[in-house]
Amino acid sequence: MTTLTLARALNEGLRRALEDDRKVLIMGEDVGKLGGVFRITDGLQKDFGESRVVDTPLAESGIVGTAIGLALRGYRPVCEIQFDGFVYPAFNQIVSQLAKMRYRSRGSVALPVVIRIPFGGGIGAVEHHSESPEAPFAHTAGLRVVACSSGPDAFTMIQQAIRSDDPVIFFEPKRRYWEKADVDTTASVADALPMDAARTVAEGTDITLLAYGPMVKVALGAAAAAREDGRSIEVIDLRSLSPLDMNRVSASVRRTGRCVVVHEAPVFGGLGAEIAARITEECFYCLEAPVLRVGGFSTPYPPSRLEEHYLPDLDRVLDAVDRAFGF
Amino acid sequence: MSVETGGSSAAHEVMPPPLASAPAAAAGLPPEAGAPEELIQLLTPEGERVDHPDYPLDISARELQGLYRDLVLVRRMDTEAIALQRQGELGIWASLLGQEAAQIGSARALGAQDMAFPTYREHGVAWCRGVDPLQLLELFRGVSHGGWDPEERKFHLYTIVIGSQTLHATGYAMGIQRDGATGDGGEAVIAYFGDGATSQGDVNEAFIWASVFNAPVVFFCQNNQWAISEPLERQSRIPLYQRARGFGFPGLRVDGNDVLACLAVTRAALRAAREGQGPTLIEAFTYRMGAHTTTDDPTRYRLAGDLEAWKLRDPVERVKAYLVRSGAADASFFDEIDAEAGRLGAWLREACRAMPDPAPLSAFEHIYAGPHPVVDAERDTYAAYLDSFDDSGRDGPGSPPPDGVPGGPSVPGVAQARGTGGFGRSGEAR
Repeated sequence: MTTLTLARALNEGLRRALEDDRKVLIMGEDVGKLGGVFRITDGLQKDFGESRVVDTPLAESGIVGTAIGLALRGYRPVCEIQFDGFVYPAFNQIVSQLAKMRYRSRGSVALPVVIRIPFGGGIGAVEHHSESPEAPFAHTAGLRVVACSSGPDAFTMIQQAIRSDDPVIFFEPKRRYWEKADVDTTASVADALPMDAARTVAEGTDITLLAYGPMVKVALGAAAAAREDGRSIEVIDLRSLSPLDMNRVSASVRRTGRCVVVHEAPVFGGLGAEIAARITEECFYCLEAPVLRVGGFSTPYPPSRLEEHYLPDLDRVLDAVDRAFGF
Repeated sequence: MSVETGGSSAAHEVMPPPLASAPAAAAGLPPEAGAPEELIQLLTPEGERVDHPDYPLDISARELQGLYRDLVLVRRMDTEAIALQRQGELGIWASLLGQEAAQIGSARALGAQDMAFPTYREHGVAWCRGVDPLQLLELFRGVSHGGWDPEERKFHLYTIVIGSQTLHATGYAMGIQRDGATGDGGEAVIAYFGDGATSQGDVNEAFIWASVFNAPVVFFCQNNQWAISEPLERQSRIPLYQRARGFGFPGLRVDGNDVLACLAVTRAALRAAREGQGPTLIEAFTYRMGAHTTTDDPTRYRLAGDLEAWKLRDPVERVKAYLVRSGAADASFFDEIDAEAGRLGAWLREACRAMPDPAPLSAFEHIYAGPHPVVDAERDTYAAYLDSFDDSGRDGPGSPPPDGVPGGPSVPGVAQARGTGGFGRSGEAR
């Protein structure tokens, strides 16, 4: 076990992937000499060379579009999108090209492309640096969408994403980049929990709290606080947003009878809506209360001095838990 | 908006001046009206062979016959497809009429190892790459999204979002570099797009990527003068080929209705790419003689006179004139090609009409590499729903099309594409 920041765990995972498969490439803005603006790719160009860790021109559509071409040639590109709000110039390449090419070719084409996106707020950034654009990608057939929440998961999930023969949108909780955890960098990826499986990170009996990415820590905090009040909250880290691991979610909700979904993205049309609908269909006779959602507002991401109001925090989560018990 | 300080009446809120029109010398004029020296030509519209100092072309009578055959057959395929659309057999068709030489010339310059990335109008290139014409009809009939194996044919899927494929081509070329597969006998990539696409960000990004990474890719722009209803003047104030200079690589303009010039120029650009000289932009100056697609009505936006002028530069007729003039072919050759075209047309008609609809549940296939809980559950639910009807049709049509598509085309009576007529592997032909 080594104590690593989440950023460093990603770096180690990428390094391992580059070592394991010479077809793996890293490409993006500033990923080479600088090591990325968050230093996720620090030192990789030095060790693997400029043809495998590629500083690209500054154009996101170009990054994803050329990654598609490289994948068609048999490579496994890992693209870094510098910030969540910068992914939209690549939207056509991701949604209309990357996601659909296997289908269009009746399975003769595989596109093992990973698109890493640091997402979410809480770092006091300017506009377009704090968004949570996971819903439109989860809405797109042909993509797999995952979000890691911890160092150990970051280390294994990035390697699993790179090994996937499907395109993967890989969301990284940027405000957790600097949080430390013990990571076993000798762990085998094959033995790790599959990328598309949810994980129960706190067991409980009274209510199920669903979260992913940066919100897992908030959910765990809420569970700890509620425990002091004698309420037992089960927290599930969804990890995979497409597909959703509904088996684990539904099994939990059938036991607890109550559920709150938490994400930073706006509630309207967000992942929580899909999850709530599915829980209603699958657990209808077990529910003691409607599934409630806590998330961002239907506003653009506000100036950072206001983000503490926009982002779900421990109190807003507990408020929703209280409301769930009010039915 | 107004900077006037005097009066304050509404009249002084001056209208902005009308937007200046692009200079008439810009892009869309016929080659004769512009600077003729810019246009690379080896075969005049009258069928006279001319030399160009930079693009010598030594071509045998047999190779010339092969090119003529390609031109005639793809035109026949196109005519037939338009008719099938009119009869309700195809949902839509994008005609290549007028662009046969640009497509056949450039595609016959490709070696078997080279990769092509098309738009949705490259039926002539598809033909040269050995794609079964029925698979093109499938796409426009709504039976599939294409469905040939891009790597097997060395011809990527049709791309409908304008310009997207130029980035794929560039990335693929970057892969060739990483494989060390350039050099003599090595590989290169060709990206097809049109004049309208040059306004897309993706095409400009592809130019930048190809340039800074020196990727072995040829950008082949068929300037057919029209992006649906918008003339070239709406896309550019300068001739398109001149754009390349700003990106740092060579650009040239070729007579897109001259199959020999397109062949020679593309061959040279591919060779340069393989030899590590990076990308080239080829602007094939041509004209879209038909509608944008079968849903379009060009009489609303262009003059019949323009069409008449371009008819005089027909890409097929000039090759026929040269074959006759040079004695490289006699009447029996032309009769034979016409008969072959007739057989191709009849076969396409018949095979298209006989094409079954796909099985409903096939819509759920090939979305992901492996099982996917959401897709699988939806498929099972829909299957059960279909089964609740007496005549579900689940097991009905959807059998693979006859003649084993993946193994390559098999047009009865028509030897298609690669390895035909002595010109099939034209990349090696000299």
